[in-house]
Amino acid sequence: MRDFLRAPRGGICLAVVGLVMMGWGIFRGELPVVLEKAINICLECIGIG
Amino acid sequence: MDNKKRTNEWKRHGVQAVWALLTNSYLLGFAQGKIYKGKLKNLCVPGLNCYSCPGAVGACPIGAMQAVIGSWNFKFAFYVAGFLMFVGALMGRFVCGWLCPFGLVQDLLHKIPFFRKIDTFQGDKLLRKLKYVILLVFVVLLPMFLVDIMGQGAPYFCKLICPAGTLEGGIPLVLLNQTLRGAVGWLYAWKNVLLLITVFLSVLIYRPFCKYICPLGAVYSVFNPISVFRYRVDKDKCTGCKACAKVCRMQVDPTKNANHPECIRCGACKKACPVKAIR
Ligand code: SF4
Ligand code: SF4
Ligand code: SF4
Repeated sequence: MRDFLRAPRGGICLAVVGLVMMGWGIFRGELPVVLEKAINICLECIGIG
Repeated sequence: MDNKKRTNEWKRHGVQAVWALLTNSYLLGFAQGKIYKGKLKNLCVPGLNCYSCPGAVGACPIGAMQAVIGSWNFKFAFYVAGFLMFVGALMGRFVCGWLCPFGLVQDLLHKIPFFRKIDTFQGDKLLRKLKYVILLVFVVLLPMFLVDIMGQGAPYFCKLICPAGTLEGGIPLVLLNQTLRGAVGWLYAWKNVLLLITVFLSVLIYRPFCKYICPLGAVYSVFNPISVFRYRVDKDKCTGCKACAKVCRMQVDPTKNANHPECIRCGACKKACPVKAIR
């Protein structure tokens, strides 16, 4: 916890930028692509496709 | 030779195991040779955990990134890149030490006794750069540019390299699912050879996949020096005995750089320090 509070500002700023990017990705419709890939057996992952 | 003084790591392995079980808790998948299809798979997990593992309840960030980059209508994956930046900026490679099932697999394999263990070798440092090349080429460039007539790129890292996909998805699904069993070919054989090499090397070398190949470790390593959770060495306390560097199996010397890109935050150095100078 003490480590967290003494955190360099850079890390926190980047984490916020990361959250904003996630939001932008969700807004422009990337989530369905992730879900579609994740809920169907990925033939490439398992070495068939 | 592996002459490291071993610190007790079972508490960390316990956390790794609980996390691996939580994120692969769809037990029905193992019973039926199928995978989980629920909404939770919108979310990425922080570690390398194949979404084609029958138990997986989340999405692998490296697989998801290739899926979005390779899709015909998106050429950059803001959601996944943002997720990796968020996790990396908060914890850096803490994920590697504590929250990645494939890290745990390698940790356990390295405990198998073998007459010769290798700490480091000539070219070790250079070879560690390979993971950045793999990230750039197989996860970003190939899915982006090597596309079919529909403009769709394949997840080339998953397809040609990833041994986690073979271990967690390929082997259980092919064993449990008859339709898939009929479809195996040279690619399946190739990926199994890579997995076997990874398993064998993991007995010899500590975490070879993490050190040289893993694109997810490569992403988090960039954040290590600036992440919120980080280590500090109290220079007033440190006696320069190097007990920390001697115990580190990622070959990091915390007294020189406590937030080195290769540090997986396993905490072994902290435990080994006789004057508790690392916090
Ligand atoms: S094959 Fe590897 S990179 Fe691809 S989704 Fe599975 S675990 Fe992730
Ligand atoms: S380097 Fe990759 S495989 Fe290794 S622990 Fe980190 S995320 Fe997992
Ligand atoms: S520097 Fe310490 S925490 Fe980092 S990998 Fe080495 S022993 Fe583990």
